[in-house]
Amino acid sequence: MDQNSDACVIKIEEGIKLIPGANAVVASIDKLVNWGRTSSMWPAVFGTACCAIEMMTTGASHYDLDRFGVIFRASPRQADVMIISGTVTKKMAPVMRRVYDQMAEPRYVIAMGSCACTGNVYNTYSTAQGCDNFLPVDVYIPGCPPRPEAFIEGLMKLQEKIKNEHLRWSRWR
Amino acid sequence: MVGNVLNPKEAAEKIKEKFPEEIREIREHNGQLSVIIRRDRVSEILKYLNSDPLLKFDLLKDVCGVDYYKKKEPRFEVVYHLYSLQNRCLLRLRAEVPEDDCWIQSSVDIFEGANWPERECYDLFGIVFKGHPDLRRVLLPDDWEGYPLRKDYPLQSDLGEREWKGYLDVIELAKKNMEFETK
Ligand code: SF4
Repeated sequence: MDQNSDACVIKIEEGIKLIPGANAVVASIDKLVNWGRTSSMWPAVFGTACCAIEMMTTGASHYDLDRFGVIFRASPRQADVMIISGTVTKKMAPVMRRVYDQMAEPRYVIAMGSCACTGNVYNTYSTAQGCDNFLPVDVYIPGCPPRPEAFIEGLMKLQEKIKNEHLRWSRWR
Repeated sequence: MVGNVLNPKEAAEKIKEKFPEEIREIREHNGQLSVIIRRDRVSEILKYLNSDPLLKFDLLKDVCGVDYYKKKEPRFEVVYHLYSLQNRCLLRLRAEVPEDDCWIQSSVDIFEGANWPERECYDLFGIVFKGHPDLRRVLLPDDWEGYPLRKDYPLQSDLGEREWKGYLDVIELAKKNMEFETK
């Protein structure tokens, strides 16, 4: 047993090992938690304009977001990521902030499209110049609208960010 | 089937016959006829157009406002697009509304569908529709100040002093809640 103990350990990823015989995984909690989080980013959709159509397209079968563990939720309580896709009006801002405040930690925000990033060309009385005026945005995806590939790239950037987090599971973080 | 098609000109003549002192001008542009009227008896004119058995303008396609800031006096116009299904005839009524006495009669009692377009017109131009059952803003928040489609309204997102309070509150709240975010 001792001799081939090395063979019994399967390395899944840097710092994560699986022991099939003992049915166990060896890893640091940081790794494990982040691993789980990156593979189950459930977004609270906040489609406010045309970018939302592109987001739906990306979610549908051709690009298929489910394979990344991105499953759209209709409730902020069940969501980890908030995807702002579309023009953000000032009237919508309080609603958006409230939805964000209702999400459970850890929570992230993706600003999808030029409108959500900066307001795009709509420098008018009704449009907020970017949702980062009142939300802490993690990933900006430019484009009008961004192509599905760009959107997926944005999601992967967020996954990278989550993977590098440290001690975000602890009470004393 | 053709036939039974009313020429808008005939309709315009009929209005002119019935309300001679209300008509300011009848103008044709690109084959479209506009009847420019005073606003005082607009309700009666609409009622007449709607109920006259020969005209029967029974569909109000749209009500909207126009601001002719520094182009023309009186400054505002309320435009009605009327259609007669029976006669297949489209007529445009333009009622002039001065800035310092900015009101017009509501047409909701004649055309139910005028309700929200009139509210929109009030919302964005500040034209008061007298007799409207529920004249509130429809697109902007209730406590918005000013009428954005007026030409002298600032054409940018940063409204400075006139910024909507609700939006400033959200920014304030976001700043306050920042301390609860994980760094
Ligand atoms: S960025 Fe372009 S596509 Fe996206 S919401 Fe704005 S205008 Fe629409």
